[in-house]
Amino acid sequence: MGLGERLSKVFGSSQESKTPVNPTKVENSENKTKTEEKLVADKITIGHVHMSGCSGCVVSIADTFEGLFTLLDNYADLVYCLTLADVRDIPKMDVALVEGSVCINDHHSIEDIRKTRENATIVVALGGCASYGNITRFCRGGQWNQPGHEAFVPIGDLINVDVYLPGCAPTPEAIRNVCVMAYLLLKGNDDQKALATKYLEPLMKLPTLGTEACGCDLMTKIINHGLCMGCGTCCASCPVRAITMQSGKPNIERDMCIKCGACYTACPRSFISLELTAQFETILGAIDGAMNP
Amino acid sequence: MVLGNYKAVCAARAADANIRNGAQDGGIVTAMFAYALEAGIIDGAIVAGPGEKPWQPEPTIATTVDELLAARGTKYNICPNMAMIKEATRSYGLDKIGIVGTPCQMQALRKAQLYPIGVRSVPDKIALAIGIFCMENFPYDGMKAIVEDHCNVPMQSLAKVDIGKGKFWAYTNRGAVTQIPLKETHKYEQPGCHVCLDYVANLADVSTGSVGSPDGWSTVFVRTAKGETIWGQAAKAGVFEVQDIGSVQPGLALVEKLANQKISGNQKYIEQRAGYGIGKTLNNPYI
Repeated sequence: MGLGERLSKVFGSSQESKTPVNPTKVENSENKTKTEEKLVADKITIGHVHMSGCSGCVVSIADTFEGLFTLLDNYADLVYCLTLADVRDIPKMDVALVEGSVCINDHHSIEDIRKTRENATIVVALGGCASYGNITRFCRGGQWNQPGHEAFVPIGDLINVDVYLPGCAPTPEAIRNVCVMAYLLLKGNDDQKALATKYLEPLMKLPTLGTEACGCDLMTKIINHGLCMGCGTCCASCPVRAITMQSGKPNIERDMCIKCGACYTACPRSFISLELTAQFETILGAIDGAMNP
Repeated sequence: MVLGNYKAVCAARAADANIRNGAQDGGIVTAMFAYALEAGIIDGAIVAGPGEKPWQPEPTIATTVDELLAARGTKYNICPNMAMIKEATRSYGLDKIGIVGTPCQMQALRKAQLYPIGVRSVPDKIALAIGIFCMENFPYDGMKAIVEDHCNVPMQSLAKVDIGKGKFWAYTNRGAVTQIPLKETHKYEQPGCHVCLDYVANLADVSTGSVGSPDGWSTVFVRTAKGETIWGQAAKAGVFEVQDIGSVQPGLALVEKLANQKISGNQKYIEQRAGYGIGKTLNNPYI
């Protein structure tokens, strides 16, 4: 069962998600191989744009393993991706997953990020570097083989970004969930669009909150605001184990923090929709069903 | 919706007297994890095991029934169980994780499954999440102040702590009992608890707590399909003694009353917080 079908079933909405532009025309072509047509027509186009990152994010996309094939078979065409798609110039696409920060000492990078914004309907900052600079914040130049490349900015310093998906690397499961939700947002029926909007809303709000992240966010935005209850999620989400729990609160080894933004985003007190999480069983079941049709 | 989605609710206790002995109430969490462990439903469970100081819990991954037994009983101070959620899949290599936690930890867990930021390989490995009813929690030093300064019991002599009937109870190893009114303990509560809008762990697979059931029994909500299957199997295997919640005192009405009390009180506090500043507002996690 496909995702759309399954979600429609689960959310009890009508099967006919797409209103045909010209109903008579559809009737005429009813005898044609409808299912095949539908599959292709329903797909969205996705690209992976590689800026200054370590390729960990693209590896994370591939680490969905056979799930990647399910995504590519049923929901998305990969129209641009170094090593995985043989396309030179950044084409038009529905969703651009951008990995890495932008080196402003390299005019190619500037052109590429601008072109990405122009050609993509939704720009996703994939991972810590694209969202918050992450490890590239610490660059001082002088590295082989481009010693002059020393200034790196998160993509949000140059273009408007629609969605942040932080993490170093972002997890395959998070990429999968966001891809499925992006698909629903673009191709789903009204109920599915509403669900996807609700799901993506907080990730779409992150870009409006700035391009800086640090483990300190746990102090300044959570503990200092009286919101921390010591669940330990931040500690689990830190990719460099810079967070330990002391007196029931996170203690951040600030010299170890790479500024990826995972801890704050993962914190249940940074954002949570009780309405959405109440449906967790249904949503996770639907995503699972979509990935195992 | 104060009690969340649930498929069934009952009063229950562990059939195994060994588990009940030393349990907080009905020994539901320990019995359920012990059953799940032996039936291969989970490979291990994240529980509040013994920590460095007396009565200080430490998030522990129990992979044996003995380790589960060592973690019996409510500790009434913070145990960051979610901190071990990734460690459980990495250092311990668990494929099927059990976790027990407060309502806020269940929220954290479900958020981590929906938005798996920084928790690679975790979301699909949660096999059984048990939530416990929670009005509020104390930091270790707050709990220590209550026990030592108010109840006059040294932490190392403490045998059991309980909150019930409007009082905080401290039992010593030699059988002495001290009780103080709950209003004396409020100032030691963790501030972060006061924005919490969940009393009965709405997002767990199964949630449990003493409120609503007679002494020695626990109220149990079976919430998800996963929870229903495992609860059903365990009940069939004779792990629990079960009573109809309608047939026991004080029953579901008290659970609902306390849930409403917590949620409306904290809702009020959230509104109050929003008005602390002038033209500025404190962060609010709820969207």
